[in-house]
Amino acid sequence: MNTVLALTGVVIKEMYRRKDFYVLFVLTAVITLLMGSVSFFHDTRIVRYVKEIALLLIWVSALVIAVGTTARQIPAERENRTIFPLLAKPVTRAQVILGKFAGCWLACGLALIVFYLFFGVVSGSREHSWPLLNYFQAFWLQWVMLGIVVAFVLLGSVFFSAPSSNATISFVVVLGILLLGRYLNQVALQQPEPLRSIVYGLYFLIPHLEWYDVRDLIVYDQGLVGWLDCGLATLYAAVYAALLLFGAWLVFRRKALNL
Amino acid sequence: MKKLGPYLILLLLLAACFSLATILQPRASGWSKRAQSDNVLKILFGDGRRLFANHFFVQADVSFHSGYYPSIFDQARAPKDTRHLTAKEGEPAAEEHERQMNFLGPPRDWIERFGRHFIITDHTHLAGNNEREILPWLKLSAELDPQKIETYTVAAYWLRDLGKVKEAEAFLREGLLNNPDSPEILFELGRLYYENYHDPARARNVWDLGLRRWSEQEAAGKNPDLFPLEQIAVNLSRLEEQEGNFARAIQLLEIAKRASPNPEALQKQIDELKQKLDTRALPASPGSR
Repeated sequence: MNTVLALTGVVIKEMYRRKDFYVLFVLTAVITLLMGSVSFFHDTRIVRYVKEIALLLIWVSALVIAVGTTARQIPAERENRTIFPLLAKPVTRAQVILGKFAGCWLACGLALIVFYLFFGVVSGSREHSWPLLNYFQAFWLQWVMLGIVVAFVLLGSVFFSAPSSNATISFVVVLGILLLGRYLNQVALQQPEPLRSIVYGLYFLIPHLEWYDVRDLIVYDQGLVGWLDCGLATLYAAVYAALLLFGAWLVFRRKALNL
Repeated sequence: MKKLGPYLILLLLLAACFSLATILQPRASGWSKRAQSDNVLKILFGDGRRLFANHFFVQADVSFHSGYYPSIFDQARAPKDTRHLTAKEGEPAAEEHERQMNFLGPPRDWIERFGRHFIITDHTHLAGNNEREILPWLKLSAELDPQKIETYTVAAYWLRDLGKVKEAEAFLREGLLNNPDSPEILFELGRLYYENYHDPARARNVWDLGLRRWSEQEAAGKNPDLFPLEQIAVNLSRLEEQEGNFARAIQLLEIAKRASPNPEALQKQIDELKQKLDTRALPASPGSR
């Protein structure tokens, strides 16, 4: 456990030493504040468009941080040859995978906390209401979703030697699921057999990341998602993350590490 | 000769740049064919900006429905026009829209059933002055495509509803500047003068101009939408009726009848007006003998 925690710490330190997070946060903050400062028809009580833009930027930034940070973990260790001294110590490959996952996931969580604090301050200062539980749910569900993304990218990083190809493919898959995942069953029903069964099978196979996108509920001031549903969604994400990590370990344990 | 220091060279270059800029700037503005009034979006996107304008208009509709809106996969059920955006509860447009927006249907599997806990599943419209939330999207849409007429009419409707009459008038004037032949914008402007400024004379002028513009478009074979014709003719007819010009009111209702989906109701109004005209004419008859 200590080994995993040590690896986790290294990944988190790497995130706050790199400039990715700061750049994305500043960009998000500047665009949000700029949009917030625009006056539409001299009405200062209009707020939802600012929330919508801010949350979109938070989602994009969090995905970039998650994919970018995770995609370079194992390839960078191999390229710098630091993977050899790492594995020469009593560290198993499973611990490497787990440590990298926990580090990237926690790093995403830390980044999300900062983003949501900013969002809460901007939104609260304009709306004069503080639905903290709603914000917590949105944060939690997004973080849980990022757990699946991190595990998926980690699996990709043991397949692809270049972080760029892994990051690109991961982005395409994740965005594809977020945009189309919900409608795959509708698409399947319009197809002839055997395409229908294939698409429907894909629909059941993919992790439904779109569930975790509750931005609309926040933007349009809707009620809370049931806590039981939140719990079940968390369990669903945990199962998928575990599956992907197990797959990553299966590939990584027999993988030759020399380039 | 003493060697010039790099800082001195840099300073000289800076001075040269500044001098050149002061000479060239007034001429450069003349080289470009672009108007001085062009906004940043026009400069950045050129004509491509029109592609995004519709997206922002739809975003206003999404916002009006608090996020409950058909996706690209439910487009067959998506609202086909914008009348629901300015329709009150109980109106025919609202009822038709209610049927259109029942697009979710029962869930097809457990994934869809569970997924619905995380999305908005109720069809509601913004109320209680929250309608203001659609205005930024409409403003952006108008900036991107100044020829999208419904952007001006929908925004002006809600601005008037929110008591921002001056802003509504300014926005309609902006729309009219970009679309001088639009009967829709002229109708909305007339309504503003009639209902908010209580100025029937200006309303009549604007609606008359709207009717003329519609006729010009028809004469030019542009096949204009019948809805604004009916709206202008009916409203102008009411105005004329209130002013006591029954003959003109009847004439306008005859025009509206051509465009109305419910001509029987208008015929009934014409008959009533004819009766009023007759009763007014009768007392004058004995005196004239």
